[in-house]
Order: sequence, then structure tokens, then C-alpha cells
Amino acid sequence: MPSAPVLPLTRDASSRFLPWLIAFMVWLAAMAMAAVLVLSSFGNQWRSNLTGTLTVQIAAAPDGQPATSEQRLNRALDILRKTPGVTNAEALPLKRISDLLAPWLGRDVVTETLGLPIPRLIDVKIQPEANIDVAALWERLNKEVDGTQVDDHGAWLDRLIALAGAVEAIALAVLGLISIAAIATVVFATRTSLTIHRDVIELLHVIGAKDEYVADQFHWHALNLGLKGGIAGVLLATATLLGLGSLWSGVESSLLPPISLKIWQWACVLSVALAAAGISTVTARITVLRALGRMP
Amino acid sequence: MVLGGGDVIRFQNVGIRYGLGPEILHDVSLRLEEGSFHFLTGASGAGKSSLLRLMYLANQPSRGLISLFGHDIATTPKRDLPGLRRQVGVVFQDFRLIDHLTAMENVALPLRVAGASEDQVREHVPELLSWVGLSDQIDARPPTLSGGQKQRVAIARAIIARPKLLLADEPTGNVDEHIAMRLMHLFEELNKIGTTVVVATHNKALVTGFAHPRLHLAKGELKVLKAGMPLPENDDEAESEGLQ
Ligand SMILES: Nc1ncnc2c1ncn2[C@@H]1O[C@H](COP(=O)(O)OP(=O)(O)OP(=O)(O)O)[C@@H](O)[C@H]1O
Ligand SMILES: [Mg+2]
Repeated sequence: MPSAPVLPLTRDASSRFLPWLIAFMVWLAAMAMAAVLVLSSFGNQWRSNLTGTLTVQIAAAPDGQPATSEQRLNRALDILRKTPGVTNAEALPLKRISDLLAPWLGRDVVTETLGLPIPRLIDVKIQPEANIDVAALWERLNKEVDGTQVDDHGAWLDRLIALAGAVEAIALAVLGLISIAAIATVVFATRTSLTIHRDVIELLHVIGAKDEYVADQFHWHALNLGLKGGIAGVLLATATLLGLGSLWSGVESSLLPPISLKIWQWACVLSVALAAAGISTVTARITVLRALGRMP
Repeated sequence: MVLGGGDVIRFQNVGIRYGLGPEILHDVSLRLEEGSFHFLTGASGAGKSSLLRLMYLANQPSRGLISLFGHDIATTPKRDLPGLRRQVGVVFQDFRLIDHLTAMENVALPLRVAGASEDQVREHVPELLSWVGLSDQIDARPPTLSGGQKQRVAIARAIIARPKLLLADEPTGNVDEHIAMRLMHLFEELNKIGTTVVVATHNKALVTGFAHPRLHLAKGELKVLKAGMPLPENDDEAESEGLQ
């Protein structure tokens, strides 16, 4: 018959609620962790998707003549195609521009009947590693064709990446706060257990038990609770992430890069369970040793 | 620091107080030589249990010097105290048995705490339990035991690890005269093989029936009375002596 544990810690109320609290915190932490991992790869993916393109906008000719506009367009195209690093420069056909504007201005806007001066757009493909100096290019274009704008999507991208960075920072903060909450929870649960079992602990102390003897019992108990809660939380998080992933892949948009976690990233998310068990064990042990250290 | 060679316990001008309360014992100085046997007497509330708590290192004195087995407690490193405590067996006034453990497991506790093997536990614990007349109660839990049975489990636990010093606080309070005598003889046997013994008691029959010197507490002071000192004649004094 295996001997019963001297401290019946498994009968404490905390043994029932602590795994659930830990599971909940692990779920939150795993979600925050996944957010951090996804967002940190977002910026790079966006950059490499978008830095391969420039959009050049040629203002309508000052005299409003379509022929002049066409001339300006060709001159710009000429300059662009001669620029090293540019692999392709293609004017957006007028038809495409009128399609884009139609919902706001109506079908006839680019025809001569209305004669609205419409800017022309050039789609430029560049080698991302060419490191084109956008400002210099802009200046060169403007010398030849005034009223030209070059958009490398930089400002827009920067704001998006800043947003992603902020969300990432918040997720990291959430991760930190959850760790603190977990430590506090384990400290209070351990102190409660110490109070409940004070008589037995004092007895053990008086008959010559080393503090480690008592701490060991709390140690294994906390490891057990932490693992239980951790595994439950990570299972919940995995289910949530898989569900989110399938919703995500249902959204057709070039703005949303695919978010499949890599193996090592899954390992990070799953390791939250181990971290929880570790935090729970170490915290319980330290709490017990500190309390016992105050005994005479 | 090692003090007082052959003394198991040495107190020098020890004072006890709880928190900010009044001093319960003042200037207690005593020496218990190895192999000695003392009764500890005094009226209820005189401080017998408090004095014993100092001896088994459950409390610290508010002043004065205590040395146990030659180690000055105030300067002994904390990590060495468990080793000293293991050489002291204690029978608590309120037993302090662990309710969810069987009699066997309760008695085995000091061995397990000291890291003894399960073989040793299985060999010695049932033997001792049958010696104190509890072989039928090996697997019983304390709440199902009578007061006297609990007391015997507590005594078995106190002596299982063969302590050098045995402190018994009212060890015969809950048993009839016959068992009380049996337990006293057990203590005497242990004393004969070298165990130093202190028995706190109110029991007049014990103090008169066994010729041992007496540590007597009254009005916060400790007096050492030789064995066979005449007992007080009138009831008032008997009351102050705490003997019934
Ligand atoms: N933990 C404590 N906190 C405060 N006061 C205490 C504490 N323990 C004991 N006392 C006080 O110390 C005094 C001595 O108590 P103690 O238990 O040592 O007496 P005793 O001689 O063992 O009595 P009894 O014969 O009834 O067991 C009493 O006045 C008691 O109220
Ligand atoms: Mg007492």
C-alpha cells in the first residue's frame, strides 16, 4: 500500500479551481503569443509583397488636350523604363481608369464629351533588391513631366506596420500581465494551503523535517496542477487557433497575408503549457520556503 | 559554538514572553545532564508547555541562552536545526496526530522525515505499536481512536527514532492508572538505555511513585527539587504545586 501524502494538498479547494484558472490564463497567453508571432511576420510579408511595385501618377496636361496627356505619359514611361532596377512599366489603360472612377463619376467621365482632366497611372514593377531612390526618381520625372507623383506605398505601409507593431506590443504586455497574474494566483493559493495545513507543517518542522521536505510536497502538487491547467489551456488555444485559421483563409484579400504558424511557432504556443507548469512549481516552492524561513 | 560538554540542555537566564505580553518565565537557568530523568510540575498556566516548546526548538526565548546537545541555538545555522530537532522526541499535550494518516503512518513520520528506508519503517513501527498495545489499531486513523489510544500513538511517534532527549507533556493525562504506570515504566526503560527524559505532569501518584528530581514552576520562576522532597501538606499549596 503506498503511503498517503503527509499533506493532503489534493483535498484543498485550490486543487479544484487552480487548474481551471491556469487553463484560462494559458489560453489567453497562448492567444497573445500566437498574435505576437503572426504580427511579427506580417510586416516582412507586407513589405516584400508591396515593395516590388511603385505607382506613378501623371497629372492631366495643363492644356487639357488628350494628345498632350498621351505625350507626357510616354515621356514618363520612357524615363521609367530606362531607370535601372525597373523591370516593367505599364500605363493603366484609360478604360481601366474609367472603370475605377465609374462608380463615383459615371461612365462618360473620360470621354471627350465631358472633357474632365483625368490623371494617368503607371504601374511600375521593380526589383525589390534594386533599392531605387524614390525621391530622386520623383525629381527626375518632375523635371520632364511636371505634376508627377510617385507612390511607393511606403507611408501607407509604414502606418500599417506601426499598427501591427502596436498590436504586437499590446499582445506582449498581455503576456507579461498574465504571467504576473499567474504568479499572484499561485502565491495566494499556496499561502492558503499553508494556512490550512499549518498544524501539520508545524509538526513536521518540530520533528525535524527540513524546509525542503515540506517544499517538495508543494512542489510536486503545484507541478501537477500547473500541467493539468496548462494542457487544458493549450488544447483550447489550439482549437481556437485552428478555427481562426480556417475563418482567415476564407477571407479573400491580398491585404491579409496567409497566417499559418510554422512548426517552431506552434512549439512556442504549446510551450505556454510548460511555462505555466514551471511558473506554478517555482512560485509555490519559493512561497513555501519563504514562509518556512520565518519559522523559528 | 559548543557549550556545556555533557549537558543535553542548558538554559542561562532564559525569559519567555508571547508577543508583547507579560514575561511568563523569568531568568530560568537549568542543566539537564545526559541520562537524567526529571518531572516538570507547576499549576495549570505556570508555563510547563512553554518551557518544553523552548526545549524542542519550537519557540525562541525572548532573552537568555539555550544550548541543545552543546549547540548554542542562537548561533547555530538554521540548516543545522532540523538535525538537532530529530534527536528530540516530543509527546505533545494535545497529541498532534495527523488525522488522515493511519496510526502506522503517524508513528512512521519521524523516520520518513529523516529519510529512513521503507524496510526500516515496516520493521520498527508495527513492533513499537504492539509494544504500546496497539497492534490491532495499526491501520486505524486517529479520529477513530480513544484518548488513551491516541496518547499511545503519540508516545510511539515520539520514541520511534530513538531520540537522545524525550520531552513528554502530560503523557498520562488521558489514560487510566494502570496504563499510566506502564507508560512510565516505558520511559524508565528508555532512560536506562541513555535517553534523557523530561515528563511534565499534574499526576501526584507519578511524582511520588517514581524517585526523580523535579523542575517546578511557580510565579514565573523555576526551582529544582531533589527526588523525595516532601510534598506540600495542605491543599492550597498542593494547588500551587499543580498536583492532584
Ligand atoms: N501561544 C501563546 N500565545 C500567548 N500566550 C500563551 C501562548 N501559549 C501559552 N500562553 C500563555 O502562557 C502561559 C503558560 O502557558 P503554558 O501552556 O505554558 O502552561 P502550562 O503550564 O503548560 O499549563 P497546563 O498545565 O494547563 O498545560 C499561560 O498564561 C498561557 O496563557
Ligand atoms: Mg501545558
